[in-house]
Amino acid sequence: MIPNLVELRSLRVAFDGVQVLHGIDLDVGRGESVGLVGESGCGKSVTWLAALGLLPGKASVTGSVRIEGREICGGSRHVLEEVRGGRIAMIFQDPSSSLNPVIRIGRQITEALAIHRRLHGEAAKTEALRLMDMVGIPDARRRFDLYPHEFSGGQCQRLMIAMALAGQPDLLIADEPTTALDATIQAQILDLLVQLRAETGMAMVFISHDLGAVSQVCERVCAMYAGRIVEQGRMEQLFAEPRHPYTRGLFDAIPRIDGPRQRLIPITGTVPNPKNLPAGCAFSPRCGRAVEACRSDLPNLEPIHDGRRLACHRPVPVVSAPPVRTRTLEAV
Amino acid sequence: MIRFVLTRLLRAVMTIFAVVTFAFVVLRMSGDPAQVMLGPDVPQDAVDAFRKAWGLDQPLWVQYLAYIKSIFSGDFGVSMRDKVSALQLVLERIPATLQLTLPALLLKLLIGIPAGVYAALHRQSFADRGVILLAIFGFTIPSFVMGLLLVLIFSVILGVLPSGGQDTWMHSILPTITMSIGGIGILARFSRSAMIEVMGQPYIRTASAKGLKWSDVVWGHALPNAAVPIVTIVGFMVGSLIAGAVVVESIFSWPGIGRLLVVSVTNRDLAVVQCILLMIAATMVISNLVVDLLYGWLDPRLRAQTAH
Repeated sequence: MIPNLVELRSLRVAFDGVQVLHGIDLDVGRGESVGLVGESGCGKSVTWLAALGLLPGKASVTGSVRIEGREICGGSRHVLEEVRGGRIAMIFQDPSSSLNPVIRIGRQITEALAIHRRLHGEAAKTEALRLMDMVGIPDARRRFDLYPHEFSGGQCQRLMIAMALAGQPDLLIADEPTTALDATIQAQILDLLVQLRAETGMAMVFISHDLGAVSQVCERVCAMYAGRIVEQGRMEQLFAEPRHPYTRGLFDAIPRIDGPRQRLIPITGTVPNPKNLPAGCAFSPRCGRAVEACRSDLPNLEPIHDGRRLACHRPVPVVSAPPVRTRTLEAV
Repeated sequence: MIRFVLTRLLRAVMTIFAVVTFAFVVLRMSGDPAQVMLGPDVPQDAVDAFRKAWGLDQPLWVQYLAYIKSIFSGDFGVSMRDKVSALQLVLERIPATLQLTLPALLLKLLIGIPAGVYAALHRQSFADRGVILLAIFGFTIPSFVMGLLLVLIFSVILGVLPSGGQDTWMHSILPTITMSIGGIGILARFSRSAMIEVMGQPYIRTASAKGLKWSDVVWGHALPNAAVPIVTIVGFMVGSLIAGAVVVESIFSWPGIGRLLVVSVTNRDLAVVQCILLMIAATMVISNLVVDLLYGWLDPRLRAQTAH
């Protein structure tokens, strides 16, 4: 059996003894696009920063991170440097501050080419110009020697993407890549990501709290809450029928532009402080469906019959398709 | 850019002018050179003759105009004590001072910056705490205390180094160390805090995420961003190359500008004091100007601002 491209197993992260990630199990297949959704602070970004060893020294990371079966968690600096940018590239939320302000943009891209593809001098410049062109920077040759502050936010994110592509990674982690951009630019960047994935065949993990953006680029979605994955399934599945009350809540909080005007249903309360998580299911204090068991026993992430995985004692009941199907079966 | 340099130059000239004026007025109001030079028991006509000879009998503004005029023709006056050109007297002393201040500056840079960077990269470690402690120790102890302490240890108790004078290179060791310790502490602290701030920036995470080697991340991506605050401090240090040794030269009887200044002020040797103050102001102003130009070179964002 061909192993998955990346496999995370019981990945745990603690900052100064405070556990923020409670064992993440996640597979990303070759060429697959996975969305990670959840409120700020639920551990979406930390998961991948931890996987790549990019967290500051005070963070303790345990568990397993395998790339095509090869363990990199706790690996040497050398191993990690090879993976970063070469196998797994990452782009970030705030493109303008994610580029080094005192280094010319051309050099920031060729630097990555030199590390991962041993390209130098003219060859590197030609390839960098090709990448800039590919991500839609007009007039790349003239702008090769400019500094990041001479580009707009959207263009900076394009440049970040060009830099990420420089190492020809198998997986691109896009950590809220559109959050800091305005709506039209967001759409352009999403289109670019979809297009690049089609062209290069690389896998992508799209981290966002924008479910609309996730639905555009992802095939599979994981909803995270307080450092755990609470529901995982195919994108259409989760969108059509979220089973975890938290996932359901996320969808209820999206304004609709079709149909009658309705009040949005917010999820009451706030994300619990990782220093003192409630007993049982971390979502139980905010959950309308919680029962006694939810406050004492932690539900595990288990596969359910329709192929998704769910961590809930009292999932939102299925209302639509299955009963209809049963009736048809009875009729037959 | 040219306009920027020109405005800064103009401002520099204004600053020097203000210093010169201030020195001129204050010196003349704070004591009578005739009294100091001639002693308390001389007859009044001798004092008057002295005043007349040096033009001190003229009204202040006449003296001032004459002084400014002569400065512009390169004449900085004559020492009342030694009867030679003040400028020559000052220039003769500069090499001695630089013999202390240049090596001291080098020590500050070579020890202070790496120590600060190392501490920043190993934050909260034993080494970091050590650096902070030594840095605070370094710049809180005044140089006259530090100088005497070193003399006590190395000259009096151990007897390995001379305590004053300028005869051999051994003589310059204690004053150089005394002078550099405070600066090492200051640079270490500034480099440390600048590096800590830069290392927390998103672009450093980007550089690591790209797969850059750790050393390239630190030296290639972080340090250039931390350079602006460090250069500011170094600029002040360069600016005080001429005048930074007043106390230390006095402690170690080192015949440099600092000693000359102390002696000349005591004697109310007006031309010499004015000449030294002018020199100090000029070096400070020039080094500030260079620092301003360096900012633009170090940080392209500032370059963009000054162009507009």
